[in-house]
Amino acid sequence: MSDEYEHKLEAKSDYTGDASSVSTPDIDAVPDAELPDQELYHSHSWWTTYVFSQDAKYIGIQYALTAIGTGLLGLVLSWLMRIQLAWPGLGWLEPSSYYQFVTMHGMIMVVYLLTALFLGGFGNLLIPLMCGARDMAFPYVNMLSYWAFVVAVVVLLASFFVPGGPTGAGWTLYPPQAITAGTPGYNGGIILMLISLILFVAGFTMGGLNYIITVLQLRARGMTLMRLPLTIWGIFTATVLAMFAFPALLVGCLMMTLDSLLGTSFFMPAMVSLGETLTHEGGSPILFQHLFWFFGHPEVYIVALPAFGIVSDLLSVHSRKTIFGYRMMVWAIVGIGALSFFVWAHHMYVSGMNPWFGFFFATTTLIIAVPTAIKVYNWILTLWRGNIVLSLPMLFSLGFIVTFLNGGLTGLFLGNVTVDVPLSDTYFVVAHFHMVMGIAPILVVFGAIYHWYPLVTGRMMNETLGKVHFWITFIGSYAIYFPMHYQGFVGVPRRYYEIYDSPYIDVSTLLLNKFITIAVLIVGAAQLLFLYNLFASARLGKKAEKNPWKANSLEWQTPQMPPEHGNWGKELPKVYRWPYDFSVPGAKEDYIPQTQPPSEIIGAKVEKT
Amino acid sequence: MSKKKSIFQLLTEKPWEQDQIEADNDHQGQTVNLSKQKLGLRTLMAASTVLFSLFIVAYSDRMLVHDWRNMPEPWLLWFNTGILVISSLVFHQTVKYAKNDLFDKTKNGLYFIGFLAYSFLIGQLIVWYQLMNTGYYATSNVANAFFYLFTTIHGLHIIGGIYFWGKTTSKFIKRSLKKEEINNLIDICAVYWHFLLAVWLVLFGLMLSS
Repeated sequence: MSDEYEHKLEAKSDYTGDASSVSTPDIDAVPDAELPDQELYHSHSWWTTYVFSQDAKYIGIQYALTAIGTGLLGLVLSWLMRIQLAWPGLGWLEPSSYYQFVTMHGMIMVVYLLTALFLGGFGNLLIPLMCGARDMAFPYVNMLSYWAFVVAVVVLLASFFVPGGPTGAGWTLYPPQAITAGTPGYNGGIILMLISLILFVAGFTMGGLNYIITVLQLRARGMTLMRLPLTIWGIFTATVLAMFAFPALLVGCLMMTLDSLLGTSFFMPAMVSLGETLTHEGGSPILFQHLFWFFGHPEVYIVALPAFGIVSDLLSVHSRKTIFGYRMMVWAIVGIGALSFFVWAHHMYVSGMNPWFGFFFATTTLIIAVPTAIKVYNWILTLWRGNIVLSLPMLFSLGFIVTFLNGGLTGLFLGNVTVDVPLSDTYFVVAHFHMVMGIAPILVVFGAIYHWYPLVTGRMMNETLGKVHFWITFIGSYAIYFPMHYQGFVGVPRRYYEIYDSPYIDVSTLLLNKFITIAVLIVGAAQLLFLYNLFASARLGKKAEKNPWKANSLEWQTPQMPPEHGNWGKELPKVYRWPYDFSVPGAKEDYIPQTQPPSEIIGAKVEKT
Repeated sequence: MSKKKSIFQLLTEKPWEQDQIEADNDHQGQTVNLSKQKLGLRTLMAASTVLFSLFIVAYSDRMLVHDWRNMPEPWLLWFNTGILVISSLVFHQTVKYAKNDLFDKTKNGLYFIGFLAYSFLIGQLIVWYQLMNTGYYATSNVANAFFYLFTTIHGLHIIGGIYFWGKTTSKFIKRSLKKEEINNLIDICAVYWHFLLAVWLVLFGLMLSS
């Protein structure tokens, strides 16, 4: 980038014949801002500072803590389920509770933990800081978004306390069984679940509006789209996906609520239940499946794309190397996002669809592997001959690459109709999606928390505890999910509360079930270490220096760390380069922050991208 | 201010070349030359369009089942459609008044638009009342259920519009904003009004033609 500046400078000093012009060169000149500075809301009371805060950083923390709290419940539910599966003889759970826990675990983890954490948590914290804005575009709407999320969580949790308990329909909530007698929570829990999802979508739309407009319109001077960190590209594209995908969930939820409450027949066919003919007729359950998966598949990428973006930044910073193929990475993110709307029916191969329909969706599913593989290659090429520092974020990022590759490869199996049909509804599927959208993004979440923790609290998290946490989580996850692949191959069906003395089930399955459960209990307990580290380090952690990881992106260049209200003090930052100038030959340090003007790094030769 | 670029120009940019570096350093940090409210409204309209499209897909899919019974179209629906068309026209005119600084005419225009919006909602409620009186309940056929669902969702969008119309009108009357700012707000309200008219015409046309 800046190698050309030298020539320009030489030419200039020839012209003026004055060497002192080097100290105040006009190559740093940036035109005056044409756009007015953003007006900020300043809180006046305790309530508006700490509860109904309109500061995006604070909302991000609120979002993250609420999401993690809800996610802990999901974790405990998985313990309860696994204990039941390992020792069915104990009579630990009722069948209905088992289904309720399966459902709540799935929905909490996908929507209320991962979506809320990546977009609400990291989105709010990082978008204004990384783009160089003072705050989100509409801070008030942003605050409403968080509180709508809180209400959605409260309604969801309230379903544990209504007669009949929460819904046990599975996280896909397929009608007719979701709202028909015989399914746990068919008349109370499911309604609360649907209302909670509707509230979540409403809240998310308000937040998503903020993320999109802030990224597009409120960046710092000099921050072109192609100078944005990949984290922002990931979060931005995921938000666009969510804005287009969540309406499908909303339509499905609204119509199912009416089917259940009013007795309409959008999805409910004519059927006999418990010997009685129901009043419904003609509804189409498959229609719900299409709507659900038109949301459900992009949802996978709503979780994955921010993880892709964040992990790219972590790898680049912690291997002190330029991200390999930045533009390719950006277009891969956008391409994956666009393609994700054309693959939804691969979740429905066994729903009785036309074979040509299945053929189309198998093809699109395999095509989406191309940009995804490009990203994996680029991560590995970023590491190639890098100065790899095995810090906590790096460990988690490496764990992510392996896990994502693993889960992605089994995705290729399941994307093919002929392979999917026998594997459908077995533990192979469970293992696949937990690897690819459970463990992989969660590893990125941990890496990101270890990375940005000093930005939020001004202190570092404990390294030793973090390493113990990493190794137990990483190895433990493989102890849990590798055996599940095998169980799937031998035909163990998912969603079964108990595997009776069936001749099809080998004794190895029963032993593996016990092994997996023990691993689950250990991995789950290891998360307590993380929680202790998270909360204790806020007070006891080592004080972080400014920009502790020597990163280039804007969030570390604020005048104060942690950044104050308004982020930037008096002067908004000016951006002269992209955030990946690491180990530049000729530069004094091995990193050049985005705000560093060209005159300060004369002689540094930046590689082409 | 950066010029508008096509996606291919963006793809082939060479950010390491001197010219491009200088052009990039001059970038003001805004992608499109629109106010954030205007772009925000467009984003919401896009999401809303997806929502209504999915409703229409569901409608078309469900229509094919044999139990579908068409609903009558009360004449009042035509009347309500007329109200919506008129309010859109009035809004178009009001935007022009606002641009030309005609305070009283703009004020009257805004009031009249509010009146029309409320009349439309009341008209829709009367249609509901008439249909229910003649036995067309949501439960009796799914075509009716879709009608109630569509009118509700559209009505909720209108109520959202009325909320922002109220805020804009009160700001306009108090003259608490600069001229460009208030005109921007009036403008985006008008765009939203036209959008809701278009949505209604599509939904109404769909129900008429099936």
